[in-house]
This record gives sequence, C-alpha cells and structure tokens, in this order.
Amino acid sequence: MKKDYRIYDHPVLGKISERKKIYIYLNKRKLVAYEGETIAATLYANGIRVLRKTEKLGEPRGVFCAIGRCTDCVMVVDGIPNVRTCITPVKNGMKIEFQHGLGKWKKKNW
Amino acid sequence: MEEKELVIIGGGPAGLCAAIEARKKGIEVLLIDENLRPGGQLFKQIHRFFGSQEHMAGVRGITIGEKLLNSAIEYRTEIWLNSIAYGIFKDRIIGIVRDGKNVLVKAKAVIIATGAIENPLAFRGWTLPGVMGAGACQTMINIHRVLPGKKVLMIGSGNVGLIVSYQLLQAGADVKGVIEIMPQIGGYLVHAAKIKRYGVPVFLSSTIVEAEGKTEVEGATICPVDQSFKPLLKKKKTIDVDLICIAVGLSPLNEILYQAGCLFTYQPYLGGTVALHNENMETTVEGIFVAGDCSGVEEASTAMEEGKLAGISAVEKLKREKYDEEKQEIRKRLNDFRIGTFGEKRRIAKEQLVKEYYERIKN
Repeated sequence: MKKDYRIYDHPVLGKISERKKIYIYLNKRKLVAYEGETIAATLYANGIRVLRKTEKLGEPRGVFCAIGRCTDCVMVVDGIPNVRTCITPVKNGMKIEFQHGLGKWKKKNW
Repeated sequence: MEEKELVIIGGGPAGLCAAIEARKKGIEVLLIDENLRPGGQLFKQIHRFFGSQEHMAGVRGITIGEKLLNSAIEYRTEIWLNSIAYGIFKDRIIGIVRDGKNVLVKAKAVIIATGAIENPLAFRGWTLPGVMGAGACQTMINIHRVLPGKKVLMIGSGNVGLIVSYQLLQAGADVKGVIEIMPQIGGYLVHAAKIKRYGVPVFLSSTIVEAEGKTEVEGATICPVDQSFKPLLKKKKTIDVDLICIAVGLSPLNEILYQAGCLFTYQPYLGGTVALHNENMETTVEGIFVAGDCSGVEEASTAMEEGKLAGISAVEKLKREKYDEEKQEIRKRLNDFRIGTFGEKRRIAKEQLVKEYYERIKN
C-alpha cells in the first residue's frame, strides 16, 4: 500500500486547503507535492524519512529541528548539495537526491 | 548604503509587536526575517493562549499571528523576507543576505528578536530519523499537515511536551506515552488533563535508554530512574513507537548579540546564557535592544509585551520623547504574567538581569 502521512482532516484546522498539485523527483521516483510546502514535508508525507547518510560512518539522518538550524535534513537539490530541505519550498519538476557525506556539486557555472 | 531609523531582526511575536509600536509613533521601520513568511512560531500554535483579556487570552496562536501581521502591514512596515542578518558592525551597520545577495543597512537603532531553539537530548540512537524536536514535530503537523510518525513517545512533560502530545492526538497520531525524569509533571495541569483524558500514560521518574531501529525509529527503550536520576536498567522495557519527540526546553538564539559585543550572563530559568538588558530592553551596546525569547526564554505572550517595550524604548531614543506611562503599563502586564512556580523564578531572573546590567555597565 502507498504510504500517506498527510493530515487531511483536523478538528481545529479543518480540511486541508486546496493547493496546486505539482511533481518532484526523488532520484528517479515521481512524487506528488503541493505548492507552498517544503521538500521535507513532501518526502515525509510519502513515508520517506531517511534523507542522507553521514560522511564517515554512513549513518542515516532525517529532519531534526525543522527550522533550518541543525542541517540534519540536507539533500542534493537540482544538483546543489547541502540544501536544507525543511525550509526550502518545492518547485514543479525539482530533482531531489539523497546526499552522501558532504555531497557533490553537479550544477555547472554556479 | 541604505539607511533606516529602526531595523528589527526577527519577525516573530516580539519583532512584530516592536515594529507596530514604532510605526504607530511615526518611526521608519525595516523588519527582516530569514523565513518566507513572518510570524515566527505563532502559526503552529493552534491552542488558545492563557492570561487575561489584554493578553489576548483565549485566542489561538495562529489567530494572534494573523492579527499582528495585518496590523504590521496596516501600519506600513517595510518587511524583507528570506533575509538573514549575519552581523552588526560599527555604527550599527547590519550585514544582511537578502535573497542570496549581500546588502548593508545602517540603522540608528536595532531591535534583536531572534527567538530560541529547542534543546537536544543525547541518548543511544538519538540521531536516527524519527527522533526530532517536539516543536519540529509541531511545525510538521500544524503547518505542513504531515505526520512524521504515527506512534509517538514524548520526552519531557513540560508545557511544550504536553501541548504537542495533545496536538499529535488531534492530528490522528497514537501517543504511546510521555516520559519525565522528575517525579512530577512539569507543565500546567490543564494541559496534562487533556492528554490524560485520552488515556495517554505519563511515566514519571523515567528516562529514555535507547531509540531502536537500524535506519529509522522502530521502538524506544525506557526505564525508571532512582532518586539520584540513575537509570534502573533491570526494569527497562521497549515500547512500539516510530517517532520520538524531544521536549526538554529551549535556548535563546543569541549569536548575533554576541557578535555585536553585548555582555552576557547565565540565568538557568531564562534558558541559559542571555544578554544583559535594562528595564527598557536596551543591551550593554547603546542603541541595540533585545526582546522575546532571545532575551530569555519565556512565552509568546511575554515576547509580545517585551517587543512593545523595546519598540517604544527605541522610539524614545530616536525622537527624544518620553512615554513613561505606556512603558509602565507594559511592565505591569509583564509582571502579571510572571507568576506561579516558574513565572516567579523568571521574574526574579529578569530583575537580576537588569541589576547586573547596571553593575557591569559602570566598569
């Protein structure tokens, strides 16, 4: 079964508001995202919580502070490594990759 | 270089209130915030606030956030989003990265209202995905409407731990328990009662031993502690959870105050190292004010009052006018808030902070 962690109905906040549906890519996988949410929110909504592996020991890391301070959630976004996914909003067609260690720069002329 | 009368760093409850007060009195204000939306952490506070009418009690944090934001816009506050202040230099020249570009702004007065960050707690497995701050979890569920896990263990029974546990239940998660190392619940009884009504167990005199799981959290091992807080490992047990939230307090986010050369002191009841300030919220560096959690961790309600106080004080400095009566009213409201077991300690700590400010500024 497809994993879905979105909260569609809420006793205080009501139904989830209508937002524009867009798509992002995690490696080769196509994921449904909604305009205005962060990359980490899209990934967690799909049950993906391991976002990167550490440089030396290859330990998994995910979202820790969710306010852009701890940098535990960094991934490679459109070829740029170390992007804080917990505060970076999704864009249609965005390419996300798991990050290993410090990541590699793939974007040229930056 | 751009020149502004007043620059406010941080657009949470304190920063917004400071901006509104200064605008009301005709001062030119630039409010900067590193986020894409101002309001700080107010928009994830979906519970009703405490206090009296003038403290906006009974109103949910999100509604307060909207009111403040509308007011700031109504008073035509200039707001820069996606802007990070990285330093304050000589003559209050502020270095800002705005939308990825470096900008320098010279200010006649500065108010720093950068807020706080959640304290981490180290235990075996604490780096696993699925272990996160309780406030982080609150952001995920109430702003992004995503559950970071479905079966939860909350560490810490202070107000944050209790409120987020309740909000996790509202969001549809199963809260398996709250653990607390002290022999009694840390937060208000009202919040504890809410989760007790759902049948959530609170394990007192208990601690976490380990987060279980290879690549993400698959369980949590907890155990009781003795009177000297030593874990009684023979009595450990594992509970079936996929999310562990840490709610063990906050620390002021005050790096920029250090950098600006402000003097500091240590006040455990205010969250740790805090900048010295006087009764007008001015730090030991003239013209630099402080307000809200970064001047000592308290609550959104006190942050708003401190913001107003700092805003008015900055105006006094810039216009050489006096607003003693207004300031006195704010100070009274602040003291009305600082009551009860914890509030009283914070009130005393704040008084000590002001006293130390005058002792050390003489030298």
